[in-house]
Amino acid sequence: MKGIITLTVMNRPGVLNRITNLFSKRSYNIESITVGSSEQPEISRITVVVQVENDKELEQITKQLNKQIDIIKVMDITDQAIVARELALVKVSASTQTRSEIYSLIEPFRGSVVDISRDSLIIQITGETEKIEAFIELLRPYGIKELARTGTTAFLRGTQKSQGSKSLSIV
Amino acid sequence: MQKTALAERKGEALMKSGADILMDSLKRENVEVIFGYPGGAVLPIYDSLYNAGIPHILARHEQGAIHAAEGYARITGKPGVVIATSGPGATNIVTGLADALIDSIPLVVLTGQVATGVIGTDAFQEADVLGITTPITKHNYQVRNPKDFPRIIKEAFYIASSGRPGPVLIDVPKDMAVLSAEVDEDPVLNLPGYQPKLTPNYLQIKKLCEEITKAKRPLILAGAGVLISKAHEELKSFAEKQQIPVVHTLLGLGGFPAEHPLFIGMAGMHGVYAANMALSNCDLLINIGARFDDRLTGNLKDFAPLATVAHIDIDPVEIGKNVPTKIPIVGDAKEALDMLNEQDQEKAESEEWIRQLHQWNKEFPLRYEQKGDSLKPQFVLELLHKETKGEAIITTDVGQHQMWAAQFYRFNKPHAWVTSGGLGTMGFGLPAAIGAQLAKPEAKVVSVVGDGGFQMTLQELGVIAELKLPIKIIIINNHALGMVRQWQQTFYNERYSHSLLHSQPSFVKLAEAYGIKAFQIHTEQEARDKMKEAFTLNEPVLLDFRVLQEENVYPMVAPGKGLHEMEGV
Repeated sequence: MKGIITLTVMNRPGVLNRITNLFSKRSYNIESITVGSSEQPEISRITVVVQVENDKELEQITKQLNKQIDIIKVMDITDQAIVARELALVKVSASTQTRSEIYSLIEPFRGSVVDISRDSLIIQITGETEKIEAFIELLRPYGIKELARTGTTAFLRGTQKSQGSKSLSIV
Repeated sequence: MQKTALAERKGEALMKSGADILMDSLKRENVEVIFGYPGGAVLPIYDSLYNAGIPHILARHEQGAIHAAEGYARITGKPGVVIATSGPGATNIVTGLADALIDSIPLVVLTGQVATGVIGTDAFQEADVLGITTPITKHNYQVRNPKDFPRIIKEAFYIASSGRPGPVLIDVPKDMAVLSAEVDEDPVLNLPGYQPKLTPNYLQIKKLCEEITKAKRPLILAGAGVLISKAHEELKSFAEKQQIPVVHTLLGLGGFPAEHPLFIGMAGMHGVYAANMALSNCDLLINIGARFDDRLTGNLKDFAPLATVAHIDIDPVEIGKNVPTKIPIVGDAKEALDMLNEQDQEKAESEEWIRQLHQWNKEFPLRYEQKGDSLKPQFVLELLHKETKGEAIITTDVGQHQMWAAQFYRFNKPHAWVTSGGLGTMGFGLPAAIGAQLAKPEAKVVSVVGDGGFQMTLQELGVIAELKLPIKIIIINNHALGMVRQWQQTFYNERYSHSLLHSQPSFVKLAEAYGIKAFQIHTEQEARDKMKEAFTLNEPVLLDFRVLQEENVYPMVAPGKGLHEMEGV
C-alpha cells in the first residue's frame, strides 16, 4: 500500500539525511519526497510517499520519525481528506501534423505549454498523481522524449469529515 | 599568555575561544571525567583541557575510550564523555556509538573535524562523520559557530540522558574551537521536536490492573529499562504485592534480586528452562523496559502464545514492534510502577503457577558436568560469585563467557552488570571495566572476557596499569572463539572454520610486561587459591583460566525455534 506522511522539521543541515536513513534502514521504499520551506523561515515541510506492506509498517515508520529531535511534527495523512498535488514537465515529440491534436489533449487536463521547438513541446501539468499518470499515458503514443515529476506535496484540508479518519498512534 | 589575550573584553561581553567555551559548558554539566585520545583536529580542545580541571583518561585506542565511557555511563546513569580526533579518531569510535545506541547508553561524544574552510575537500584526516554516525546516534551536531557551544552541549546532555538514553555526537571543526565568541552563560533549552517525558496513561494502568486480577499465570519480563529508570525497588514491591514471578532479559539482570523467591531466571536463547517455559505458558505478560529482542523471544510465532501482553516502555517505537500488544503503556518504568503500586486491586491467584515454575527450576536447573581434571568455565563463574558474594560489578564481551557469566553469576544488586547486549561487541568488557571502576572506585570490578575478545582491546591494560585500577581480569581461555566454535559444531557439521586460536601469546607474560600481576590456572584447586588471592590484592590481577575447549553453553534455543523447544536442558 501507499502511505503519505507529512513532516514539519527544523530547517537544519543533516535533517533530510536522518529522515531518508530511517527509511533505508528498514528497507521501505520512498516513492517520492518533496522538501520546501513552510510559512515559518526556520521550519521546512516535507511530504513523503512511501510504499509499505501494511498499516503496522506505516505506524512503525511514523513513530520512528517522531523520535527524531529535529522533526517537530509527523502526520500520517494516508486516509485523511487531503489536498495533494504534483507537477510534471513532459517533453513530447510534436510534428506539425500532430501538434494540434496534442493541444486538444492539454486543455481538458488544464495543462499548459511552456516551451515550443521545431519538433517538440514541453507541457506543464499539475494535479493529483492519478491525473498526471492519465495524462502521461495519453501523450505516450506521440513519443515522450523526457519526463520530470516533482513528487507529491500535500496537506490536510481545512475541514475534516469526522468519518474515515483513523487514530494515529498510542502516544 | 595567549589565553588572556583571547579572553579580552569586547564591550561588556566576555570573549572566549570556542574550546574554552566548550570546557565551561562541560563543567556546567558537572562532567567528572573525559575518556579520549588527542590528535590534530582536537589540538585546540586539548589545549583548553590542559588546565580546565576536568580529569581525562588517555585510552590506548579510541574504541577503548568509548567503551570505557559506556562502562562509566552504565554504572552512574550519567552520560559518558568522549573526545576523539577527526578522521580515523572518529571512525574508531563507530562501534561504540552503535553499541550505545542499541543498548540505550547515554554518551556525549566530541569529535574533531577539519576546519570549515576545507570541509568536503578530502582534507588530511577528514571523514564525513555526521554522515557516518547519523544512523547510530540518537542525535548529532556539527558546530557552525563557536557561540553555539553552550546551547549544543546543554542540549546534547539533555538528549543523551532523557527519555530512552543514547549517544549524542558533536562534530567540532578545528576553527570553531579556535575562534572567539561572546559567551552566553545559560542558554535556554528549546527543542520543540523532542518530548521525552510521557506520563503513563491512567486508563491503561487501570486496564492492566484488571488483567492482573483475572490472571492465573501472570509473568513480569524485566529489561534494562528497570535499571535505567532506577525502578528496582518499585519492581520488587510490585512483584511482591501482586505475587507475580519475574524473568529477566540479559541486560535486565540485577533489576530483581536473583535470590528472591519470585525470581525465575534469565529467559531467552540461553535462558533457564523455567523462565522460557514461563514465557511460553503465561496468560498475562507484563514487559517492563525490554524490547522483545530476537535473542529473547526466539521464533515470534511461538512467543507467549497464550498471553495478553502489556508493555511498559519509554520509547513508543518499541511497543508493538515485534509482539502484538494489548495494553501499551508509554512512559518511565518507575513512574508506571508507582502508579501500579498505588492501585488497590485484588492480586493475581498465582500460587499454583509459582509452584509450577519452582518445580521446573528444581527439575531442570542450570547444570554442568565435572569430568576429569579439566577446568569447567561454569565452575570459574560460580567460584567468582562465591568469592564476591554476588556483589561485584561484572563486565563482559559477547559470547560463551558472557552467557556463562549471565547464567552463573547470580546478580543480587542493580547496576552491577555491564555487557554488550544488542550489538554483541567483542572487546567491550576490558575497557568497560575501566569506566566502571572510575565510576565506583570502592567497588570490586571484574572483567570477564574470552581469549578472543580480550585480544581485541587488550591495549587498554596500559590504562589499568597506569592508573593502578584494582580490576580483576578473568580470561575464560578455551583457545577458541567459543560461541562461533559451538555453532560450527552444532549447525555446520563440526567444520571449525577459523574459530580455533592455536597460536596465543602468554597472557601472563603479557600482563607482566604491563606490570600487572597474572596467573595461569589449570585446576579447580588452583582456581580456588588464585581467585581468593586476587581479591585480597588491591591492584589489578589477570587470571588466565585454561578451560575445556569443547564445553558448550546450554540450554539453548536454536535459531528459528520457539522458546518451548529448548535443547540441552
